[in-house]
Amino acid sequence: MVDLYFAGVDVGSLSTDVVIIDGGSNVLSEVVIPTGVNGSEAAENAFNSALGLAKLTRESIVAVTATGYGRASVAFATGKTTEISCHGVGAHHLFPKTGTVIDIGGQDSKVIQVDSQGRMLDFTMNDKCAAGTGRFLEVMATRLELDLDELSSPLNISGESAPISSTCTVFAESEVISLLAKHTPREHIVHGLQRSIVNRIWSMVASIGIEGEVTLTGGVANNQGLVKLLEEKLGLPLNIPENPQTVGALGAAQIACRKY
Amino acid sequence: MSLRAELKYKIIKDYGAPALMAFQDLKKRKPRPIPEAFGPPLESNKRLKEILSRHYFLARYVPGVKKVAWVTSGAPVELLRAFDFYTIYPENHSALVGARKQGADYCSIAEGSGYSQDLCSYARIDLGHLLSGKTPAGKLPKPDLLFCSNNICQTVLYWYKAIAHELNIPLIHFDAPFVATEQTEADINYMAQQLQDMIPILERVSQRVFYVDVFERILKSSQETSQTWGAILNAMEAQPAPMTIFDAFGHLAPIVSLRGLPVAQDYYNILREEVDTRVAQGIGAISDERYRLIWDNIAIWYKVRFLATFFAERKMNFVTATYTNAWAETTGYLDVTKPWTSMAKTYGRIILNNNLKHRLDLMKKMIKTYSVDGMVMHSTRSCKPYSVGQFDLRKAITADLNLPAVILDADIADERVWSEQQIHTRLEAFCETLEGSKHG
Repeated sequence: MVDLYFAGVDVGSLSTDVVIIDGGSNVLSEVVIPTGVNGSEAAENAFNSALGLAKLTRESIVAVTATGYGRASVAFATGKTTEISCHGVGAHHLFPKTGTVIDIGGQDSKVIQVDSQGRMLDFTMNDKCAAGTGRFLEVMATRLELDLDELSSPLNISGESAPISSTCTVFAESEVISLLAKHTPREHIVHGLQRSIVNRIWSMVASIGIEGEVTLTGGVANNQGLVKLLEEKLGLPLNIPENPQTVGALGAAQIACRKY
Repeated sequence: MSLRAELKYKIIKDYGAPALMAFQDLKKRKPRPIPEAFGPPLESNKRLKEILSRHYFLARYVPGVKKVAWVTSGAPVELLRAFDFYTIYPENHSALVGARKQGADYCSIAEGSGYSQDLCSYARIDLGHLLSGKTPAGKLPKPDLLFCSNNICQTVLYWYKAIAHELNIPLIHFDAPFVATEQTEADINYMAQQLQDMIPILERVSQRVFYVDVFERILKSSQETSQTWGAILNAMEAQPAPMTIFDAFGHLAPIVSLRGLPVAQDYYNILREEVDTRVAQGIGAISDERYRLIWDNIAIWYKVRFLATFFAERKMNFVTATYTNAWAETTGYLDVTKPWTSMAKTYGRIILNNNLKHRLDLMKKMIKTYSVDGMVMHSTRSCKPYSVGQFDLRKAITADLNLPAVILDADIADERVWSEQQIHTRLEAFCETLEGSKHG
C-alpha cells in the first residue's frame, strides 16, 4: 500500500503540526505552525503546506487522524485520537525499544507507558497547573527577555542554579522577578527553572515507573540543558527524536494508517 | 414545645406535604428525553425525589416541635433517633448545592469570611449557607445540637466546632480510633463507653427519656435497611447491571441521612424489588454494556450527568464504587443484643477509618466480584482521607490485576476545580487504553 498516503494533524495549544506518511511509514512532509486563535484554520493551513511539500493532492490522502486539544475542530479528519496515544505510537515508531514516553507539551506534560506495539498501557499527566510544561518556560523566557533557543543553549547546562520553589507559574514568575532584582545571573535562574521542571517531571515518572527505553517528545525536548538535567535525575539516557515537536502528529498519521 | 407549632407541623406533615408533592407532580415539565445510550430509567427515582423533597420541606416546620441535630455522614445516628431528633446532614445538603452547580457561590461566601480554599468544599458550602442563609432547599432549620464523628475525617470536628461557636450550641463528638492494623478490644470498649456517656446529654438537649426498646427497634431498622442497600448494590453484579453507579449516588441519600427511619426501610424495599426485576428481565442501565468500571471516592456532584453520558455513549458502565459501598460494608456487625460494642465495630471500621491494606483488599475483591474491566479514581482535595493513598492503590491494582486506571483531579462540590478539557483528554485516553486492553 505504498501508493496510499496518510496524515496526522496535531492541533496543540501552542503549535499545529502535520505529518504526511506513505503506506510504508516513510515521512513525506512535516509542518509546524503556530496555532494562534483559530485551530481549524491553523489545521487547514498546515495541512495545505504539508500537501505542497509532499507534492500531493488532498484526494490522495486516504485517512487523516486528528489529535491534540483542538482535535475536534479538524473538519477534514476521518478519525480522532488523544495526543497521549499518538505520542506513544509516534515515539515507538522512531525508537522501537521505547517502553516509556515523556512528552512535555505546551499545556501539559505526560508520562506514557507503551507495549511492544506502541500501544498505550498506562499514562499519567500533570495536574491542572502549567508548571512543568512548555508554557512555563515560555512565560519565564519572556520575563528573562530571552528567546526559547537562548533558554536552552548549552551555556546554561552546568553551573549554579537559583532556587525556584514555587509550583505555580505565576508565583514562580514573581520569584524570578525578585531574583533579577537581586542581580542573580540569568544563567543561574535559567538553570533553576530547568531544575524545577525536571523535578515535576520526575515525580510523574516515579508515580508510573519506567519500562524499557525512555523517549522524550514535545518541543521542550529541544532544550538541551533540560534534557541533560532530566537524564541525570533519571539516571539513564533519553532518546531524543530529530523533530520532537511532530511526534504526536507522526503517531496520529501511523494510527490513521493502522486503522485504514 | 409550643402546641401551636406542633399542630402546624402535624397539619403540614399529614396534608401540606402530600398536597405539595401532588402539585409538584402536576406542574412537572415534560421529562427530559433519555439519550439512546441509556436503558429505561428506574421507576423508583420518582419516589426518591418525593422522600427527599418532603424531608427538606418538613424541616422548615420542625423548630418548636422537635429538636434539630446536624449530623455527619459517618456518625452513629441511631442513638439520636431514639430521642426523636430531626436530623439534617450538612454533607447531603452540600452535595445538593453542588449538584445544582451552586457550590462555588456558597464556597466564596465562606472564603470571604476567611475560610481557606484548601478546606473541604462540603464544609465551605455549609459555612457559606450558615453565614448567608442561602439554600436551594428553601430554609434549613438551625440546629439545637451538633453530632460528629472523626471516622470519616478530622475536618468535621473543626468544621462543627466553628458552627458550635457561631451558634453557641452543644457539640457531641464521637471519637473513633483509626484502625491501623485491626480494631482492638480497648478501641471497642472506648467507643462503646462514649456512646453510653452521651445518653444523659442527649436526654437534656432533647428533653426526652431514653427507652432501650425504642433504641433497639431503631437499630434493627437501621441494620435491615443497610443490608437491603447492600443487596441492591450486589444486584449490580448482574451483566448487564440494572443501574449505574451514577444512579446509586442519588439513591444513596436515604441510607446516609434517613437510616433508622421506616421511610428509608420502605424505600429500599421498593428499589430492591425494582432492581431484582430488572435483573430477572435482563434490563440494563445502559443499552449496550461492553465494559464494566469501578469508581473510587465521593461523586463529582456537578458533573454526574456529564460523566454518566460520556461513559454510557462508550458502552461503559460503572457497576460498583467504594463510596456507595461504605454504607453497606460494616453494617453486618450491628447486633441488637450487643448494641454498644456492635456500633463501635460498625462505625469504627468504615473504609475511611481503616488502613490502606484493608482498602486495597476490598477494592480487589470488588473488582473480581463485579467483573470490572477498568478503574476511575476521583482525587479531591476536599476529601483528603479518601484521596491520600490513591496513587499507591492504583499502582498496586494496575500491577496485580492488570487493570487500566485513571485518576481525575477534581472536586466533590466546588465546580471551579473542574477543568473540562484536561479531564476530557484524560478520560478519552483512558477509554483508548481500556478498548486496547480488552480487544488488543
